[in-house]
Amino acid sequence: MTALLEAGGLAVGYGGPPVLTDVSFRLEPGERIAVLGPNGGGKTTLFRALLGELGPSTGTLSVSGRCASVPQTERSRLDFPVSALDVALMGTIPGRPWWRRPSRADRAAARAALARVDLADRAERTYGELSGGQRQRVLIARALVQDAGVLLLDEPFTGLDATSAARLEALLAELAGEGRGVLIATHDLEQARRWDRVLCVNGRQVAFGEPDEVLTPEALAATYGGAIVTLPPTHPDPTAPHRVILPPHHHHHGPAR
Amino acid sequence: MTPVLATVAHALADPFSQRIMRRALAEVLLLAAVGGTLGCWVVLGGLSYGAESLAHGMFPGLVLAALAGVPLLLGGAAGILVAALAIVLAGRVGRDRIGRDDAVAVAVTTLFGLGALLALSPATPLGIQGLLFGDVLGTSAADLLAGAALVALVLLALWAGHWRLLAAGFDRGGARALGVAPLATDAALLTLLALAVLVAVQGLGNLLVVAVLVAPAAAARLLTRRFAPMMALAVVLGAVAGIGGLYLSYYVRVAAGASIAGLLVAAYLLARIVAAASQIRKSSGAVAS
Repeated sequence: MTALLEAGGLAVGYGGPPVLTDVSFRLEPGERIAVLGPNGGGKTTLFRALLGELGPSTGTLSVSGRCASVPQTERSRLDFPVSALDVALMGTIPGRPWWRRPSRADRAAARAALARVDLADRAERTYGELSGGQRQRVLIARALVQDAGVLLLDEPFTGLDATSAARLEALLAELAGEGRGVLIATHDLEQARRWDRVLCVNGRQVAFGEPDEVLTPEALAATYGGAIVTLPPTHPDPTAPHRVILPPHHHHHGPAR
Repeated sequence: MTPVLATVAHALADPFSQRIMRRALAEVLLLAAVGGTLGCWVVLGGLSYGAESLAHGMFPGLVLAALAGVPLLLGGAAGILVAALAIVLAGRVGRDRIGRDDAVAVAVTTLFGLGALLALSPATPLGIQGLLFGDVLGTSAADLLAGAALVALVLLALWAGHWRLLAAGFDRGGARALGVAPLATDAALLTLLALAVLVAVQGLGNLLVVAVLVAPAAAARLLTRRFAPMMALAVVLGAVAGIGGLYLSYYVRVAAGASIAGLLVAAYLLARIVAAASQIRKSSGAVAS
C-alpha cells in the first residue's frame, strides 16, 4: 500500500535554523494520527511543510495527492459577510486561475461537501452565526471540496461541547473510513489513544507509533517538558477521569503561526 | 401630467440641461461605483486609515501639478507613489520606539504640510481650493474619460479577484493553504485603493475623498449580510448622495463636494438608526414570542 505521506529525517524552518527536526513518519490511507506537542513545539510548522508552504531544509517528504488544512475556527473572521456555502466555495480556489469565478460545477461540489458534513440545510446561513462545531464542519467541507486525500486539523475540538465533539469525532472516523488520511493536532491524550497513531513533537520528533507504545510517561515528559505533565492511567479504564495536557503558553520557540 | 408633477420633473431635469452638470453627474456616478465596491473591502479590511493617509499624503503631488500646469492625474499619481513609499518607510522606522500609526501620521502630516506650504506660495494660481475640497463641477471630458478607464480597471480587478480577496480577508492562514498569498492580495487592494483615490480626488478633493470610500460601504455594512448586496447598496447610497449633492449645490448654492460628503455621512447615520431600530424590533419580537 502506498503511503499518503512519508517523511524521512525531515527538518523544516523559516529560513533560520530549523524549528522542527528528525521527523520520520508514514500516514497510510484510512489512518488517523494524533499530533501532540506543546504550543510552539512545531505542530503548525509541520502542517505548513505538509501543505507545501515551507520546503524541507533537510530530509525528504513525499505527499501523494493533496493535503488540505482545517484551521481553528477562531482564526477566521466571524464578522465577515459570508455564508457557509461561500466558505466551502473557497475550497475551489486552488483549482482555477485567479481571474476565474466559481463555475456551476464548483458550486455543486461545495454544496455536496456541505451535505457530506451534514450541513446541507445551513448552506445559506452566515458563517459567523453557526455554532462552533458547525463552523468546524464547514471548514472540513472546504477541505473536502479540494478533493484532499489528507486532512490536517488544528485542534479541532477546542471549545466544542460534548455533543459537537462526538459528532466531529464520528465524522473524522467516517472520512478515514473512506480512505483519507487525517492528522489531528490535539492536547487531549484520551482522544489520541482512540486513534491509529500518535506523533509527538517538541522541536524534534519525540516519538511516533501506536498509542500504547507512544503514550508513555517518558515520551510525554519529553514532549511537554517534565514539570507540567498530567498523566492518564497507562491502561485506561473507560470510567477513569478524562485528563488532558495543559501546555504552558510561554514556551514559544519558532515564529508565530 | 399634472402641473405639480410637471414642476417637479422640471426642477429635477433643469440642472442637467447644462453640460457642466451632466459631466458632474457622470463623475459622481463613477465615484459611487468605485467607492461603493472598493469601499466594502476598505471597511472590512480595516483600510480606512490607509485610504485617508494616501489621500492626504498625495497633496504635494497635486499642488505641484497645479503649479506646473500638468494634468492633476499625473501629479496625483506621483504624489500617491511618494506617499505610499513614505507610509511604508514610516511604518518600518517607527516600529521600535513609537507606534506604527503614529509614525504614519507624522509622515502624512509632513507631506500634507509640504503641500500646504507650496499651495500658499505667492506663485500659486487660483483654484488650490479645488485640490482640497474637490471640483466636481470642473470635471473635463478628459478627466471623465481617464476616470472611467481607471474605475473600469478597478471594478474588473475586484470582480475577477473577488474569491481570493475573500479567502485572504476571511482567514489569512487558511488562505495560504489554499494557495492564496495574503501579501499579494494586500498589495493588490492597496494598489486599487491608490487608483480609486486618484480618481475620486478630482471630484471630492484631498480632504473629502475618504468620505466616498468609507461612508457608503460602512452604511451598507450595517444593513446587509452578504458581499453582493453590501456592494450594491453602497453603490446606490453613493449615487444617491452624489446626485443629491449636485441638486443641493445647484439649488441651495453650496459647494458640491462638501454637499456630497455631507450627504454620505448623513446616509451612514441614517443606516445606523435603521440598524438600531431593526435590532430593537427584533429583540422586542423575541421577548413577545
